[in-house]
Amino acid sequence: MSAQPQPRPDPAERLAAAFRERRARLPGAGLAWLEALREQALERFRAAGLPARGDEDWKYTDVRALARRLAPPAAGPGPVAEDAVRALAFEGLEAHRIVLVDGFLVPGLSALGALPEGVTVMGLAEALAREPQALAPWLRLPEGADGFTALNLAFMTDGVWLRVADGVALERPLQIVHLRSAAPEAGAHLRHVLTLGAGARATVIETHAATAEADVLDNLGCTVALAAGAALDHYVVRESGAGLCHVGRIDVRQEAGSRYVSHNVTLGGRLTRSAIQVELAGEGAETHLYGAYVVGGRQQVDNHTRIEHRTAGAVSRELYKGVLDGRARGAFTGRVVVHPGAQRTDAEQANHNLLLSEDAEADSRPQLEIYADDVKCSHGSTVGELDETSLFYLRSRGIDAELARSLLVYAFASDVLERMALEPVRVQLERRLTAVLLAGREAEGVI
Amino acid sequence: MLLEIRNLHVSVEGKPILRGIDLAVDAGEVHAIMGPNGSGKSTLANVLAGREGYEVTEGEVLYKGRNLLEMAPEERAREGVFLAFQYPVEIPGVSNVYLLKAAVNAVRKHRGLPELDAMDFLKLVKEKIRLVRMDEQFLYRSVNEGFSGGEKKRNEVLQMTVLEPTLAILDETDSGLDIDALRIVSEGVNSLRSPERAFLVVTHYQRLLDYIVPDKVHVLAGGRIVRSGDRTLALELEKRGYGWVLEEAGLGAGAGPAA
Repeated sequence: MSAQPQPRPDPAERLAAAFRERRARLPGAGLAWLEALREQALERFRAAGLPARGDEDWKYTDVRALARRLAPPAAGPGPVAEDAVRALAFEGLEAHRIVLVDGFLVPGLSALGALPEGVTVMGLAEALAREPQALAPWLRLPEGADGFTALNLAFMTDGVWLRVADGVALERPLQIVHLRSAAPEAGAHLRHVLTLGAGARATVIETHAATAEADVLDNLGCTVALAAGAALDHYVVRESGAGLCHVGRIDVRQEAGSRYVSHNVTLGGRLTRSAIQVELAGEGAETHLYGAYVVGGRQQVDNHTRIEHRTAGAVSRELYKGVLDGRARGAFTGRVVVHPGAQRTDAEQANHNLLLSEDAEADSRPQLEIYADDVKCSHGSTVGELDETSLFYLRSRGIDAELARSLLVYAFASDVLERMALEPVRVQLERRLTAVLLAGREAEGVI
Repeated sequence: MLLEIRNLHVSVEGKPILRGIDLAVDAGEVHAIMGPNGSGKSTLANVLAGREGYEVTEGEVLYKGRNLLEMAPEERAREGVFLAFQYPVEIPGVSNVYLLKAAVNAVRKHRGLPELDAMDFLKLVKEKIRLVRMDEQFLYRSVNEGFSGGEKKRNEVLQMTVLEPTLAILDETDSGLDIDALRIVSEGVNSLRSPERAFLVVTHYQRLLDYIVPDKVHVLAGGRIVRSGDRTLALELEKRGYGWVLEEAGLGAGAGPAA
């Protein structure tokens, strides 16, 4: 470690001081249970601190880079151009749209439209003012929460609350757009709560982008609760700017016969740490986790998933694919835990990586823990390079080397995108993926 | 002269494979390259198409009077060189129709022709696919993925008929084909025969040459062309095997009959 000429104040103390100064103005101030939760979360953060280097779960994340950017929330949203929001729309997709800037819902940029009866969509801050009791069960400090999750709960400024009543279908997807303005150093601490009643259906698309090359951190928490037979398709797409670091954690709880499908796509950002934890709590629940990460330069992506089969007859399917160019690093840690009594569990997990440069690195850790005997589980992982024979084959048909490369990379990653039910999202991501691949060469060294 | 190979020496991983090939192919001609296994036939085919891993240590190759060896594989293809692979590559995730369209338009662009739109392109491909008697469904499947051996070879010939090369090199296109597939593949090749176009047909067996009748036959052995002749040479090889040619060339016997 190099000596710092002027030691900066300890980030933990800085954050704790900011919290004391801020707490009376955070949303839901005055609600005893919420204030207690925020205090408890801050205490957890002070006790746990940020993950240390030796922490196995954080082995592949540059925590120091995150710590440098860890800051209390801004007082409010900074300005963003409406063009920036339009650029994030998916062509041909009709969606209810909510826009959050710097961690705050901006009604002027949002376009919610008419919602069906039985569907509630509102900002977390507004919800805490209007229906705090409805949210209380979903705002809890998870056991063993790390420093980032603790800070998220201490500071959360806003987010989106989606509630779909029993048997109701939200036909048009809900798009949640996360933007950063060119505002000065500030963290965004957001929390979404998505609850679907029995047999309810919804699609949520989260997009993350920075309008400026801001050197900032987004710290996002999301709670998903699916009652029996509910179905949620959950897209998370990160196309953040070169400075943005992103820490996200999604906690999913699924009751019997429910279905959760996650599409987790990272095409940008300086550093992305994504964690998805799924509790399969009811018989026959089904979870599908699909992920693609395509990065270059010095970008880093660290994907963590944990699927807990707590009940018999649940199904989990997981496929993550990474394409790493330049000096990029991509890690995948996927743990599937089959608890005692979770018979007839059917779990498949795979992670495949393609390295496009000698300096890129992929770390793949699929992990299975099985405490039941009548189960069907498989896992696999690969790290490879572009196949020279395939490259030659394409070139021998007149296709230039650069396009042939892109085509093969695209083909590698496309089977993750193919699983997307929403065609406008899939088509646009395929296009952006191609653009990322073709621009990747020039962007090297810039990012 | 369309293709002139002069004293070509090629090594693979430091090991000499071709040791001085001389060959001249004129437009309109079909040349068969025969020879026992390991004689360097596939090396010759691959070097002409520009595959990496082959080191030319001596000699030159002129194609339309230009130095072929200096050209990138895609440039060779756009200039009309086509290699039908001995082992066509499976490319999951890239559809056959996409590959064909990208290839056709790369060639057209190179020749200063407008790119084909989707309609015109499909019309062209559907016409050609009938020629090799493949189902149109193959167009929408990933390139060669899950194709049988015969389907892969027919797919190579489909690509060839769509791209209409000036110099087509067939690398053991007959291997693994039953008699019906062999006939279909040969019809595809014969449909392309024209005064402007030449074929280099690399094969171990004379059987293919019953259908694609060559103008010249060359025997490649030990990295050299040890004998050249007309069609009757292939028939003689079928009857007598390669042994006598090798002996006459001072390479010793050992190779079995060629049929």
